[in-house]
Amino acid sequence: MRWLQDPILDVQHLTMRFGGLVAINDLSFQAGRGDITALIGPNGAGKTTVFNCITGFYKPTEGMIALRKPDGSHMLLERLPGFSINWKAKVARTFQNIRLFSGMTVLENLLVAQHNSLMIASGFTFLGVLGIGGYRKAESDAIERAKYWLDKIRLTDRADDPAGDLPYGAQRRLEIARAMCTDPLLLCLDEPAAGLNPRESHELNALLLSIRKDHATSILLIEHDMSVVMEISDHVVVLDYGTKISDGSPSEIRSDPRVIAAYLGVADEEVEQVASEIGA
Amino acid sequence: MTAPSTTTTTAPATTSADTVVPVRFDFAAALKDSLKSAAIAFGLSIPILAFKTDQSGGDIFLTPRWGLVAIFVSIIFGVRLLQHAFMATKAYRLATPDPHQATEAVHAEPNAFQKVSRFGIPFFLGIAIGFPFLIYLIQGGMNESRYWVDLGILILTYVMLGWGLNIVVGLAGLLDLGYVAFYAVGAYSYALLSTTFGLSFWICLPVAGILAAFWGIILGFPVLRLRGDYLAIVTLAFGEIVRLVLINWVDLTNGGAGISSIPRATFFGLPFTAGEGGFADFFGIEYHGMQRMIFLYYLILALALLTNFVTMRLRKLPVGRAWEALREDEIACRSLGINTTNTKLTAFAIGAMFGGFAGSFFAVRQGFVSPESFNFLESAIILAIVVLGGMGSQIGVAIGAVVLVGGPEVLRNLGFLTAIFGAGFDPNEYRLLLFGAGMVAMMVWRPRGLISERQPSVFLKERKAISSAHVKEGHG
Amino acid sequence: MEIFVQQLINGLTLGSIYGLIAIGYTMVFGIIGMVNFAHGDVFMLSAFIALIFFLILTTWLGMTSIVLALLIVLVIAMVLTSLWGWAIERIAYRPLRGSFRLAPLISAIGVSIFLSNFVQVAQGARNKPTPPMMREVIVLFQGESGYNVALSYKQIVIMASTAVLLAIFWYLVQKTSLGRAQRACEQDRKMAALLGIDVDRTISLTFVIGAALAAVAGTMYLLYYGVVSFNDGFVPGVKAFTAAVLGGIGSLPGAVLGGLIIGLIETFWSAYFSIEYKDVAAFSILAIVLIFMPSGILGRPEVEKV
Repeated sequence: MRWLQDPILDVQHLTMRFGGLVAINDLSFQAGRGDITALIGPNGAGKTTVFNCITGFYKPTEGMIALRKPDGSHMLLERLPGFSINWKAKVARTFQNIRLFSGMTVLENLLVAQHNSLMIASGFTFLGVLGIGGYRKAESDAIERAKYWLDKIRLTDRADDPAGDLPYGAQRRLEIARAMCTDPLLLCLDEPAAGLNPRESHELNALLLSIRKDHATSILLIEHDMSVVMEISDHVVVLDYGTKISDGSPSEIRSDPRVIAAYLGVADEEVEQVASEIGA
Repeated sequence: MTAPSTTTTTAPATTSADTVVPVRFDFAAALKDSLKSAAIAFGLSIPILAFKTDQSGGDIFLTPRWGLVAIFVSIIFGVRLLQHAFMATKAYRLATPDPHQATEAVHAEPNAFQKVSRFGIPFFLGIAIGFPFLIYLIQGGMNESRYWVDLGILILTYVMLGWGLNIVVGLAGLLDLGYVAFYAVGAYSYALLSTTFGLSFWICLPVAGILAAFWGIILGFPVLRLRGDYLAIVTLAFGEIVRLVLINWVDLTNGGAGISSIPRATFFGLPFTAGEGGFADFFGIEYHGMQRMIFLYYLILALALLTNFVTMRLRKLPVGRAWEALREDEIACRSLGINTTNTKLTAFAIGAMFGGFAGSFFAVRQGFVSPESFNFLESAIILAIVVLGGMGSQIGVAIGAVVLVGGPEVLRNLGFLTAIFGAGFDPNEYRLLLFGAGMVAMMVWRPRGLISERQPSVFLKERKAISSAHVKEGHG
Repeated sequence: MEIFVQQLINGLTLGSIYGLIAIGYTMVFGIIGMVNFAHGDVFMLSAFIALIFFLILTTWLGMTSIVLALLIVLVIAMVLTSLWGWAIERIAYRPLRGSFRLAPLISAIGVSIFLSNFVQVAQGARNKPTPPMMREVIVLFQGESGYNVALSYKQIVIMASTAVLLAIFWYLVQKTSLGRAQRACEQDRKMAALLGIDVDRTISLTFVIGAALAAVAGTMYLLYYGVVSFNDGFVPGVKAFTAAVLGGIGSLPGAVLGGLIIGLIETFWSAYFSIEYKDVAAFSILAIVLIFMPSGILGRPEVEKV
């Protein structure tokens, strides 16, 4: 129950309404520091809406989303303007339908992600235009950091190609690397394994585990691919119709009848089949 | 554009039944289609071409001109027929493989930018710097080269405006149809500051730039959340509002009559006058009216090159990359902690600043400003320069300016056409007509402009141009 | 009070002209998502066509019944302007479908410049007046100060024909298979094509209808003001576009409503504030509407998907 003792993200009574439609209804959960937390649920359960609330694309109707920094201070994400959530609160995200800068090279994508620190180094452009200050040094540091991530996602050879030219799996990896270049405390991944073949999704698991091991980054992910969820996550939160129906370790979740029912309806004879499929 | 298929396996000589080689030229079908086009052209020319409305006093009466309609319709017919013939031959050529094809590499050709940049950039720069001397040599005299140097100044003004707008449209992907407003702000800033307070050009220039940038932020702020065509229309509305205010605020701007007798440019304090203390006197050379023109030429060249230098520099700075990222995907930018509001505003402000510089140059060159110089057509021309050149490409924009501003000047030299069309024929009347048609043709032919590849701002091993297929045009 | 009623009548007349033009903008925007920048100039062109045919009928053929002449002129102007609308779409917009998003807008600006200069070259730059016609007015009531509130025959004709044509057009778009095809193309062009709708033809017809309504507006404009010039397309075009946006772009009743509102604002502004700044007012309304209520009065808001 690490997530209760040292949560990095504390979501309390989150509600999101669009007109009359209640997308999320009084949702509370915690994500532990250093954990990989999975948010699962059937289509339309409100998972991406939760992400959009956390990363500032939606302002929640009610509730509180607190990010706890390592020094113990809090930041209330729902009160920050959109771009500050990445820059000040150090929350990065990827998107369900990949959003790379497709007309820019792979390397440029990773440099754009380091915008704010480079901006300071270039004296908010004023010094940079005149060619004074430490911008040159800062840029080569940024390229070094980009190279580290390129190496990690095995795209060094394609660094000078446009991001739009990459195959699908590589685009997914690049999007994760780009988010990591912002040096986040919490990385939110929206269906990172969608569209990947089994080998790629296995590689993805390794990448995510190494991010957790080597960097001070906790991961929150939405995923439908149960092999990814069960294999790497420490904590699973299950949503259905915008409410939390289960919360616990992967082994607890896989044997929870409410989860099985939510995924396949309530026909009893099918529950067993599901249970065997997910390997319970 | 996909390369023509090079995998056709049919042998060139065989004409067996199952190989589909287009018929070389189906004359009957082409004739039929051309007749159809001619009929439509006939329909379009009634009654606008067929009858001319003439006035004498308060009366209005019609003059038929069926001859003109006949000429127009037959031109359409001929063009259409030729087009069919050309397309058919082209299709035939593409469908029949030629012997070289098998050994030809499909993508080995250098891209347009590489082709232009290797020799083009030093060449163009050399021409631009040596232009007054070249013209002097070719025309054989100072007075004879006046027209050409003047044209050079005009083209360079538009090059500078194009480069300024390119920051907003090409890099940041924000479609601005009211750019001329900043040009006007710059021009009126200089005109008013110099006539009321007697400030010199060199003090007014930065002030005009700052004022234009300030207006860029003021006008940019409300339109931040607009995208696409809406942004274009609102910026157009702002441009028109600025012009209408300049017309109607007579106390400040002298209304439609404009501001005249604006102080002329001086060579850092030395006026270009014949008398004592003038430029010629100071340097001990003979006075000539062209000296001011040549100075103005180098002034605008320096300003344009400054614009280019700053833009190239900005592209390699985080703010420039953020502009391009914004053009590619605004939502992803926000998720990476980029303050999209400030990024857009800097693009508006910096683009506007260069427009302001160009505006005060315009005022100092003309010695006169009036609201009519800043109408929507100017914005459209500047935008067309950016789009024809290829959005985001600096050299492309320069070529675009030469083509669109220099091209219509060719019409002045078509006086011999009066022999064909009669004495009343003035080719210059058709300048804007052809300009409009040219804009359409250019969009149909090359919607992404002459140089559509994007050059990456940074590279690890090798700089590769990015095909326009990947580059987005922005939300606004 | 009398001035108010008179301005109300004038504003509604002007508004119906704007509404007719606005429909062309709104339909084209709805179906292919582009601002047909040249639409204002198509309107101007149609006024010229109407002028020339009116002169042919009255001075050459000696037709004495103005009403009959106007009716014939209206039909001819609608047909010929439709041909222009069709040709413009075919030449300048169709090759750009599915291309770079800015391309059609730039192309439309090109068409706009072309059309106004074509008319200038072909017909000269001077204002073209019509012979005076339909000068009768009906005095509705007389105010205490002796100010007559009048409804002219012209205004009756303009408002009545606008209403009739709108009704016909409404039927066309709501009840026929063309209307259904149009709405399908608005939703999803690719899917519509897969279901056997001829998308190119539907889009062409949209332009044709838009141009025909612009021709009605052009004829009415000529009748109302009695004068037209080659650069009369731009400002009414922008105002009609404002009307389309104000009503909610893509919405047909919205376009008419927006037109009436813009017409009223313009006449009241000119009557009570300053006539010099009436175009500034129109452009400001355009900017304000686009910035603060981009979905207009009757439009549906656009939701950005993350």
